[in-house]
Parts: sequence; C-alpha cells; structure tokens
Amino acid sequence: MTRTHVSATVNGDPAEFLSDPGTTLLDALRDELGLTGAKEGCGSGDCGACSVIVDGRLVCACLMLAAEAEGRRIETIEGMADGSTLHPLQRQFLEHAALQCGFCTPGMLVATKALLDANPDPTESETRYWLAGNLCRCTGYDKVIRAVMDAAAELRQVRV
Amino acid sequence: MTQLDYVAPTSADEAAAALAAGGGAARALAGGTDLLVQLRSRRLKPGLIVDLKRIPGAIGVREENGDFVVGAATPGAVIGEHEALAKAWPGVVEAARLIGSTQIQGRASMAGNLCNASPAADSAPALIAARAICVIVGPAGRRAAPAEAIATGPGRTSLALGEFVFEIRLPARPARSADAYLRFIPRTEMDIAVVGAGVNLTLDGDGAVVDARVALGAVGPTVIVAEAAAAALIGGRLDEATLARLDEAARAACRPIGDKRGTAEYRTKIAGVLARRAAVIAYARAKARAGEDA
Amino acid sequence: MTDVLDRPDAKAGLKVVGTRPVRPDGADKVTGRAAFGADFAMPGMLVGKIKRSPHAHARIVSIDTKKARALIGVKAVVTAADFPDLASEEYEAGEGAANMRDLSLNCMAREKVLYDGHAVAAVAATSTAIADQALDLIEVKYEVLPHVIDVEAAMAPDAPLLHAHLFTEGLEARPDKPSNIASRNQLARGDLDAGFLVADVIVEGRYTTAAVHQGYIEPHACVAAFGADGQCQVWSSSQGQFMVRTYCAKVLGLESSDIRVTPAEIGGGFGGKTTVYLEPLALALSRQAGAPVKMVMTREEVFRATGPTSGAVIEVKLAAKADGTLVAADVVLKYQAGAFPGSPVGPGSMTALACYDVPNFRVTGFDVVTNSPKVAAYRAPGAPISAFGVESAIDELALKLGMDPIALRMKNAVRDGVKAAYGPTFRYIGYVETLEAIQNHPHYRAPLGPNQGRGVAVGFWFNVGGESTAAVNIGEDGTATVITGNPDIGGSRVSMAMMAAEVLGLPVEKVRPIVADTASIGFSMLTGGSRTTFATGMAVTQAAQKIVADLERRAAQIWEVAADNVDWLDGAAVCLDAAKAVPDLTLASLAAQSARTGGPIGAQVSLTAQGAGPGFGAHICDVEVDPETGHVTVLRYTAAQDVGRAIHPAYVEGQIQGGVAQGIGWALNEEYVFDRDGRMENAGFLDYRVPVASDLPMIEPIIVEVANPRHPFGAKGVGEVPIVPPLAAVANAVRAAIGVRMTDLPLSPPKIRAAIDAR
Repeated sequence: MTRTHVSATVNGDPAEFLSDPGTTLLDALRDELGLTGAKEGCGSGDCGACSVIVDGRLVCACLMLAAEAEGRRIETIEGMADGSTLHPLQRQFLEHAALQCGFCTPGMLVATKALLDANPDPTESETRYWLAGNLCRCTGYDKVIRAVMDAAAELRQVRV
Repeated sequence: MTQLDYVAPTSADEAAAALAAGGGAARALAGGTDLLVQLRSRRLKPGLIVDLKRIPGAIGVREENGDFVVGAATPGAVIGEHEALAKAWPGVVEAARLIGSTQIQGRASMAGNLCNASPAADSAPALIAARAICVIVGPAGRRAAPAEAIATGPGRTSLALGEFVFEIRLPARPARSADAYLRFIPRTEMDIAVVGAGVNLTLDGDGAVVDARVALGAVGPTVIVAEAAAAALIGGRLDEATLARLDEAARAACRPIGDKRGTAEYRTKIAGVLARRAAVIAYARAKARAGEDA
Repeated sequence: MTDVLDRPDAKAGLKVVGTRPVRPDGADKVTGRAAFGADFAMPGMLVGKIKRSPHAHARIVSIDTKKARALIGVKAVVTAADFPDLASEEYEAGEGAANMRDLSLNCMAREKVLYDGHAVAAVAATSTAIADQALDLIEVKYEVLPHVIDVEAAMAPDAPLLHAHLFTEGLEARPDKPSNIASRNQLARGDLDAGFLVADVIVEGRYTTAAVHQGYIEPHACVAAFGADGQCQVWSSSQGQFMVRTYCAKVLGLESSDIRVTPAEIGGGFGGKTTVYLEPLALALSRQAGAPVKMVMTREEVFRATGPTSGAVIEVKLAAKADGTLVAADVVLKYQAGAFPGSPVGPGSMTALACYDVPNFRVTGFDVVTNSPKVAAYRAPGAPISAFGVESAIDELALKLGMDPIALRMKNAVRDGVKAAYGPTFRYIGYVETLEAIQNHPHYRAPLGPNQGRGVAVGFWFNVGGESTAAVNIGEDGTATVITGNPDIGGSRVSMAMMAAEVLGLPVEKVRPIVADTASIGFSMLTGGSRTTFATGMAVTQAAQKIVADLERRAAQIWEVAADNVDWLDGAAVCLDAAKAVPDLTLASLAAQSARTGGPIGAQVSLTAQGAGPGFGAHICDVEVDPETGHVTVLRYTAAQDVGRAIHPAYVEGQIQGGVAQGIGWALNEEYVFDRDGRMENAGFLDYRVPVASDLPMIEPIIVEVANPRHPFGAKGVGEVPIVPPLAAVANAVRAAIGVRMTDLPLSPPKIRAAIDAR
C-alpha cells in the first residue's frame, strides 16, 4: 500500500500530510492534522457531524477520501472564529443556548455558515431543509433555528 | 493486508485503462457518497479506486446542439445551479436535488446514482422518463446507451470491465414539454425513496398530451417504464378519469418487494398516488412553458 | 421567548438564578476545541476493535484466536477467558440497579451469544486496518439456536429459552421451570371488580411500541491505560465517571482506587451511557498489550450492541362514571429486557397511573428477556411506553364520554395530599397548573384545517436525588471554582455555577465550574434520573453556604464582633454592629487576607439528596395527515411542565424541546427492524429515522414553576418528563385527524394508509 502525499489549504494555511488510499478526509483532519472539531457520528454521511467546506461546497468529510483533497481549499470549524473573536453564528448559538451536549455543534455551525454564505436571508423552512443532514438529538432544533435566523439578521446588518 | 490504491487520471481513456487494469477489484469514484459508505463499512474491499473528478468535463453542465450534457461527477448542487437545465428539465433537476442532504448534494452525482444501481435511486426514474442517454467510456472506446440500460438489477449494471458512464445527455425537446419527479419518504429528508415516480409529457397546441413517459422507482428490481400508464395519458388533459386510469396502470406495472422501507402493498398504492401527482405537476409545467413560448 | 408562569414573590431577591448566562464551556464547544470521547489520544496508543456475533442466539463452540495473534501489529486479543466469571450481584449506580454478572456477560459473551452484535472477542493493534484484519482472522464456531425477539413470543411456554436458570420472580410460588419472564411486579389498590361494576363507561385497548434507541450522536469511545504497577487510567464519554470506575473494577476484579476515570465531554446519552461496553475491554487489552488502547464504536455497533429501550405491549382497561370520574384501571405491561433481565417495566408500572387519582387499580408488569441488545436506560425509562397506552385510553374515554380531554384529566388529576398510585403522598406538585397552562393557551383553541387533528397527553417522572459531592474553592482574588463529579450532558455546569454565584453573591462569570475525575472529587452518582441540578446542585449550594458562613466568621474576626453581627449581602460581609462603622468586606478583600483568618477558603459537601420533587408535563400536538400516503406532519407543539424553579430557563426550555423531539421520533418513525434471523436491518441513521430539522416545527415550552421546598432554589428535575407525553399526544392527534385509533408505534405511513383504507 502506497501512502499518498497530499497538499491542501486548510483554514487558509497550507497543510501537508500522508494518507493511505482508503483514509477519509475526516480521519486525515482528525488524526494527521489534529483538527478534532469535525466529529464522526455515523461514518456514512447521515449525521453531518463531520461537515466541512471544500472549495466552497459543504460536504461530509467522512464521505471524501483524503487523497481527493489534493489542491483543495478546506474550511473546518477550527477556522471559523477570527482569532479569539467568535463568528456571529458561534456567538448566537451560545446566546440562544442552541447546544446541549455540543457534539453536533461544529458540523451544525459549518453547515449554517455555508448556508448564510449562499443565502444571507433564508426562511425558517429553507434553514430547516438545509440543515436536514445535520442531526441533533438534544435540542429539537428549535433554538438552533432561532440562532441561525438571528445570526443571519446580524450578518445582513453588518453587510449593510 | 488488502492492497488498495488510488489514482486520479486526467483523461477518460486513461481512466478506462486504469479500471480495466484493476479488473473486478477496481471501482470508479465520482461523488463517492455510495462508494465510501461501502468502503467504510467493509462491505466492499476494492483494490483500486479510480477518481473521475480530475478528467476535464467530468464536473459541469454544458449545452451542445440543444442537448444538455452533464459530466459524470457533477454534484447535485452544481446541477441545481444551472438555470437553463432547470428550466428545460425541471423533473430531472429536482430528482438530482433530492439525493441526500445538503452535504451529499455537494458530492453526489447522477451518474454515480445510476451506476450504484439501487432500485430506489432518485435520479433514475427522472432520467429514464426523460429518455436520457449515457455516454459510456471503456477500453474499446465510447458507446451510448439509454439510461434504463445501465442498471440490470439491484447493485448490478450492464457496464463491461473498464467501462464507466462519462456523461449523461438530455436530448433537445419540443416546446410544450415538461417533466416532474416525486418520491415518497417517511421523513421530509434524508431517506431512501420508498417509491419514486418520474413523468415526462409533451402537449399539443390545445393542451392534450401527445407524448408521455412514466418511470417508477423502488417498485421493482430496476426502474419500471410503465408504458400502459403513459398510454393512459395520451390524448387527454389530465381530467379525473385520466388520472384514475394512470393511477391504476401505474399500480398494475409494479413488481415491488416488501422490506424495511415499506410493504409491497403500500409501495404499489403509493406508486399510483405519485404517478398521478407527478403527472399533474408535469402537465402544469408544460402548460406554463407553452404559455411562455406563445 | 417563553411563557413563564412564575410567582414573583418566590423569586424575590434572586440575582443569578432564573437568568440566561452563556455557559462557561460554550466557547470550547462552538470552536471545536471541546474534547469528546474520541478526541483524546495518548502516545503509543493502540486501536481496539470488537468481534461481534452474527447470530441472534447461539452457543459458542470454540474461539480460535491463534491466527489473529500471529498477525504482525496485533498486540492483544481477549475473550471471556480473560475476565473473571462473576457471581450475580446488584449494584445501584443512579438510574436503576445493574447486575454485575450480566454486565460482564454483556461486555463479553461467555458460552452463549444472546443477540446479533454481542461481543465475543476483542483485539488491539497498531492500526485500524490491522485490527479489522485481526477480527477477520478470529475463528468462532457457533451452534445456532432458535431465537425470540417479540415480547409476547418470548413469554410463550414453548419459546426458545435464553437463560436456563431464569425463574420468574414476583409470583406467589416459585415456578417449577425456567422461562424468559424474569419477573412480574404488581401495584394494586382498592377493589378492581367493584370499580368496574359501578362504571358507566369502560374502554379497553391493546397498544404496542417498538424498541427504540437513545440515538445520541456521539458513539461510545474511550482510551484506557493499564499501568505496569496495576494503576489504571480511563478517559471516556459516559454519564458517570464513578459508574465507569465501579463497573470496570467489578468486571475486571480490580480495586476502585486503582482506577482513575476522567470524564470526557459527552456527546449525548439520554440514559444510554449509564453503563459500560468498551472500558473493561480496553483495560483488558491494555493490560495484555502493555500500551494504552483506544476504542471507538461505529454507528452500526452503537445500534447493534448498545441501548435501546424496550419494545412493549400495553393492555389498558379504564372505567369511569358518566361524569368522567375514574373508578377503575387495569393495566398490564410486557416489556422487552433484551438479553438480560432489567427492562424499565418497574418505573413503567409506577408511572403508568401517576397522574390519576383512581380508587381501584391494578398494574401488572412483566420483565421479559429477548434475543436483542440488553436495554439501557432511556430518558424517563419505561414511562413513555406505559403513558402511550394509558394516555391513548384516556383519550378514548374522553371521546366515549363526549368530554374535553383536558377537562377529563383535570377531573381526575392528582393534587397535593393525594396518595400516588406508586405509594407516596404527593406534596408541592404542579400538575393541575400544567393542565391549566395548556387549557388557557391559544394553541388549544386555534382552528384546524382538513386532515388535521389535535391531541393532548400528560406525563410524569419521579425525578431522583441520591449521592453527590461538590467542592467550592475561593481563589486569592475572590473568584470561585466549583468542582463536581457529574458529566455535563446539557448545560449543568452553568447551572452549578449559577447556584454557587447566587449564594456567594458573585457574578456568574466569576465562578468557574469544572467536572473532575474520580481521584479529584468525592463520589457522585451518575448524571441521570434528572438528578444533577437537584442533588448535585444541592451539594454545590450547601458548599457555597458553608463558605459564606466561614466568610462571616472571618469578617467577624477582622472586625472583632460576634459572628451573628455579620451578614452576607451581594458578595460582601456587612457589619450589623452600627457602633463599628466599618466598610463592607468584599469576597475579594476577605480572600486576599485569608492567610490571617484561617487559611485557604474552601468547602466540600457530600450528601444524599432527598425530596426530589416529582415532575408533570401536559402537551398539545397538532398534526396533518396526507390521506393518500399516510404521512404525518407535526404542525404545532406546545409543552407545559412544572420544573419547580428554572435555574437557567434557556436550558430548561432546551430539555423540554429535546424531549418532545425524541418523543415525536418514537411516535412516528423510529424502530428496531430485525430480519428473520434476528439481525438488525436498520443499524444506521439512514434507516433508523430520528427526526431531522425539516421534520419538526418550533416546539413551544411553557415553564410552570411550583417551587420544591426541599431544594434551596425550588428546583425539580426537568430532563425526563418531556419525553413521556409525546407518544400519545401524537397518536391522539392522528386519531383526531383520521378518525381511527392507532395503537401500534411507530405510526409509520404504511400503517396509517392501511388504517385509512380500512375505515
């Protein structure tokens, strides 16, 4: 088995690692790069806890081979805050108590960031369908949706 | 240890050669949303993964002499962003967009969906109703096959060693045409279709159906082209009696199994419901397009 | 945001309790820095994996591990032979007792496998790929036995027998032959026959529920290191580090003090992480390998080998007078226990009639072993199941009587002074208040459209207290650290900090709560039973009160006055002796001079909390049914609950919303599906269908506060009540929408379409 050398951009910085051909991007992020914010909840693309953004597209890191990341631009939860300043989504999640155990939270935040990047003014229904691939078993989604809607409103203010 | 290799060729011929050389243990990788699940669960232990995404044309939609050409690894999200395609083939696009979550949409392709050969694949009934053509590349060159020729049974395809679907072509179509796809799932998202129905219609100037194609998913080992159901639509304007005949013919065409996702009896009933509902949507869309053209 | 039916007088003077501060562990959790079970790593760590039975029931003829051991990179292989063969012994960990022999056999099968997914061997290797390959090289010979999963089939006299030595307990006479019925329990009062004789209306029904999983998103994970000196370290995600320590010690025959367990952040549990699956195996592997071992379950393993809660049959017969007065109730409960005894039929029985003041009743419960994973606690264990039957029957009774379903419940409601069906006399309960809250809510009178229906149901949970320890230490600058031994599963750290801050008179930001390992804080029972805010909160409050008393003494010493001349107000000592005319001494100034007043300032309290106030909830659910597909959409949901006092209202609301969402999933789509050979067919989130964001509406919580005088701030447990009513609330709404009573959960579309076709 030959290990593949992969060069990618992770959260704006160059990153290099070796990967086995069958290694997923999720395992590479967690085990090779020490970025454990993306979680494995299912390993089959059904829970969204490993959500990352690759070249602007939201994907499950568990459904992508690490070798496929060659030359790609990857954004993870670790790159979401600006230094010690939280992203408005992160802050709104805290203010709304939109997390209980917090395990799905990194994936949920990455997914909502991708939503607001694509659609700054989503309806509640659009938000719910966009997040249908991010399972949360604690909150019943109520406070998550409210946090996203408020963060969207806040970000629209900033843009104006 | 099982040897596993990964290659990302930059031409279709190179990919076909790699797949052929890899033999039965080689797998083509498009979006990977089925392949990686099989790999991860160790249900599949391939020796070689051939990533198609670095081949020029593998990702993207282009128009060619009125046809739309969708690259093998074009993810649902990209398909949904192509406005001209969505206008011409709304049913195909909605079917592609129904595959999985937002995250899956960032990866999953229609060609992968077809070649995974699940009877419940969402894009398959829509593509088959649309008379889509698959361009297949293999060691012996290129050939074309209708979308319904790809899957031959659950998990089985007609592709020969080294072959892969490189493009899907949606033919130019007459004005006053439209399609629709509906599926039934227990939740609102994230499920495999219990039943899927694709309906593709062309109307005449007076609003009567002159051409129809009805394809049903998850009610047989492969997608069922329900010819009697299509025939029930011809010449009519989708009044209650026509829709009742369509419902009955769609049900009569079903050969479902009962499994964890639904009983055979339920699937049959729902096939009738969805065929009817999809026909109504397709008809309304075709009327609207006719209105735009006039 | 929420209707808070509060009593301003009771809250007078509270500055922190009842507010909504940001949780102290929040920043780590929104930036991906929080370390959950699988996020921990040690140098030289090996990967541990489990070989599992492909059979639902089989005798293990032989296990040959030679080839696996010979594989390069394999460092340890263990089977049941590496664990002591334990005697039967019960141990109480906080949410029901566990039998240590069964626990051990569930971790690793000996002689027989009892369900598909039962562990038969484990390996540790230098990589996942090698560990997986080693599993394939372990040769297990089975003699496949007939299996039984359905609860009533398992009760049949000729059913395949799981345990040759299981004789039903709780019968008048010991049975002469073994069966799968582990026990029968019975609660009764009054004269049942007489009750049914005087009735004007009787309803009777048989209801069934499927086994469902807790569905926490974080799979079980741990790292274990067995030292050469016998000192062990475990890092794991669980609902109780002390539970992990005790269970590991029992299963491995070690001493508790040799095991130090550090709790990782926990990615959901809902009762499912109140036991161990991996930790003893990881320790055994680590002992053999001489290196730390990490074990992480796949989602498939979580479904096949952990949780779930029981599938069940509930038979209910209710009798009432024409005015709605209940006169008799007869309830029979048959619960799957999975592979070993211990279904939650006990609490299911005790809660079944807890909301009703009925003079004549009998509740009979059967605990039945089946060839499915051993059930684990799931949020109000047992209660949603019996409530589904009873609340459906009450709805049926209301229809038959032509009475409003809330009015019928109100007429028969338990109140203070009523002797509960399960024994004690209720005091300080807020049940009627929750009924009034939904009755007066606009939701209850909102118009409905075609194919829509509205359902009402109520629910009860005891809430528990038990043993807890908390320490509060004051820093030299007057800030505080609160140390407890309860994993924070949904925001309990912030509640602990708030209660300490309230007593100390500090802003909550000046109080840092931590969850400590087993060597750093005294014993606490696990996070479960809705006990943490109540019991551990009581320990925190008392520790803070001890500090305040100490601070008053120190101030008195500095001022040279009697201690009773000092009061503690808003974070400072105030001298009540007007003659002294001294400025107040703040906590910071007292901390700064602690060396001269008796040394470091800190207090620890260990207690057994008693007087947990029982909780009640009343829910309204609106649904719309697609009559052609049978698909149910939940349109609107309102849930009122008496919480005593909401310490942090946002997290209280979150508990209510989350419990409702789980209950809706249980009602509509979640179920274990087994094939003909007893193998689970839907062991993944694709086909085990938990609710997704687009399935649910906003869930409106109504916090009702009828204070619990036994808690310093009036708190009652919150987390479990909200999952009790939704099963019946949804089913009653579907009944209203389609005109047919649905009795078999989940209410999946094929069942509803069939019911519509048959009406």
